[in-house]
Amino acid sequence: MKSKAPSLPVSYRLAVTSRVVAAAVGGYLVAALASVCFSLLLPIARAEAVVSGMMLSFLFYLLAVIWCFACRSAWQAWGGLLAVSAVLGAVDGLAYWMAH
Amino acid sequence: MKEGFRQSMAWLHTWLGLVFGWLLFAIFLTGTLAYFKDETTHWMQPEISARPLNPQASVASAQQYLQKHAASASRWFIGLPDAREPALSVMWQTAGKPGERGKFTEKHLDPQTGEEVQARASSGGEFFYRFHFQLQMPHPWGRMLATFAALVMFIGLITGIITHKKIFKDFFTFRPRKGQRSWLDGHNAVGVLVLPFHLMITYSSLIIFMSLVMPASIIASYGKDTQTFFKEVFPASDTATPSGQPGQLLPLAPLLEQAQAHWDNGRVGRLTINNPGDANASVNVFRDGADKIAHDFGSAVSFNGTTGQLLGVTPEQPLAMAIGGSFYGLHMGHFAGPVWRWVYFVFGLASTALIGTGLVIWLSKRSLKHVKSRALPFELRLVQVLNIAGMAGLVVAVAVFFWANRLLPLELAGRADWEVKSFFIAWGLGVLHAVLRPGRKAWVEQLALAALLFAGVPLLNALTTPYHLANSLAQGDWAMAGFDLTCLGSGVFLAWAAWKMHRAGHTVVSAKTTRAQSVSLKQELN
Repeated sequence: MKSKAPSLPVSYRLAVTSRVVAAAVGGYLVAALASVCFSLLLPIARAEAVVSGMMLSFLFYLLAVIWCFACRSAWQAWGGLLAVSAVLGAVDGLAYWMAH
Repeated sequence: MKEGFRQSMAWLHTWLGLVFGWLLFAIFLTGTLAYFKDETTHWMQPEISARPLNPQASVASAQQYLQKHAASASRWFIGLPDAREPALSVMWQTAGKPGERGKFTEKHLDPQTGEEVQARASSGGEFFYRFHFQLQMPHPWGRMLATFAALVMFIGLITGIITHKKIFKDFFTFRPRKGQRSWLDGHNAVGVLVLPFHLMITYSSLIIFMSLVMPASIIASYGKDTQTFFKEVFPASDTATPSGQPGQLLPLAPLLEQAQAHWDNGRVGRLTINNPGDANASVNVFRDGADKIAHDFGSAVSFNGTTGQLLGVTPEQPLAMAIGGSFYGLHMGHFAGPVWRWVYFVFGLASTALIGTGLVIWLSKRSLKHVKSRALPFELRLVQVLNIAGMAGLVVAVAVFFWANRLLPLELAGRADWEVKSFFIAWGLGVLHAVLRPGRKAWVEQLALAALLFAGVPLLNALTTPYHLANSLAQGDWAMAGFDLTCLGSGVFLAWAAWKMHRAGHTVVSAKTTRAQSVSLKQELN
């Protein structure tokens, strides 16, 4: 795709850059929020739940990255990640509030 | 990206692989070499000879040494010699100011005499091991970059599987001597054949540094008190505070047997002594990591250092930690005996080859269009230079590192650092050479140089030390002989690679000329 780089329009390049940022930064956000979700909600000892959350977080990172490049547009990539982040964030917030 | 799912995953696979390929190649090659870390160190410091193992005597001489040289330290660490690592390691940490980590000093002792070993200064196999995850960068950046590279590798593997539709059917397809096709078949074969290993080694590397790179859940559950988390995960790190009263430390050797009784007579790997000069000293005896596959950092038998009273035995790991510890143990391969260590080494090379063939395919696919013009456009030329220096140049640098160990003067100040510098200087020269020489010639020359240097290692060893092959084979020193023979084998393989590369260059040219001839012939006929 990039081998034809000189002929590619700027908008395409910006869209690819946007997806890369979404995958790296947004993907990390989703992974981190998911790990918190596990650590707060799993009905096991606190340290175990935290370790489980951290171990599983990378699968969410993977899925987020795949999503960013599989969906139809860069806007959709951001939209999907932010929606998932919002849901995970809300669950995290609720669980945190109930625990404290 | 309006294409289908598989195409967009192929795109991701291609570009992630290109951008991180050279870094991953270096990480995987040095990591593979690190499976023979102790053997490499043995070759690089041949003066340290193997002694019959006697843990009790070793601990006694370590304690004597530490009492003499580090009585006021806040912690002592004693690493016992084993079959692969002949030296007795002692390390101590000075008491740091509050909130600061005290400095560590490490020495290697001869387990029989208790004196510091008199060996040449060398970085040994430790260099590859450290470079593999720290990348010669300041803490914690190297570890973070290496872990991020591991994430990229993980995504690369999964997208590779998705891209590769007919994964098992294609596995039985190999089209040799077909140029780019053969590279692709090789890439697929080596990818599928060792796929479980690729996945295990990659995911486990994410888990090893997870608390460094993904600490959100620790903070959410423990707030600022992250120390509590580590104390819960690694119970043995929760040690008694010093009382401030001076105390007399008991002889440590008898504690070994008491600890072993708790592990069905498993071996002792190392000891930590906290506040050794204090009345409230404590001793943690840790099991040898090679005893079990799953690694258990925090598991120890703890004693009071002045009374000898048993303070506690760490219970079995909870499930989550046992899973994490299994990944860690599988990644490090401490449990592996000679056969499994070789399997690890070969699988590691397969992962390295997976990355290398991928890089070659990227370039050869795109340079096909430029065969006629002979000169590559800038971006392809850049990839070519990085391919040559990142692969062949790195292999040359590894060989130079070994040569430096034998050739640098023994009394040179900072000798161990000079070995490392030689490695990087050689690698840098590899880049320069790849820039200056035409692509295929640079490949052939660097591979040939690497072949020469590796094949020459046994000869070099024989000329500079008394530990040559005839000697090591006669004495049954398999680590020493194995290192020499492996280098010789690598040299032969690299020579074959250089020769193939040289030949392939000729066939491309001759194919081109025959095609050109037939075209002109046709034109003449018309």
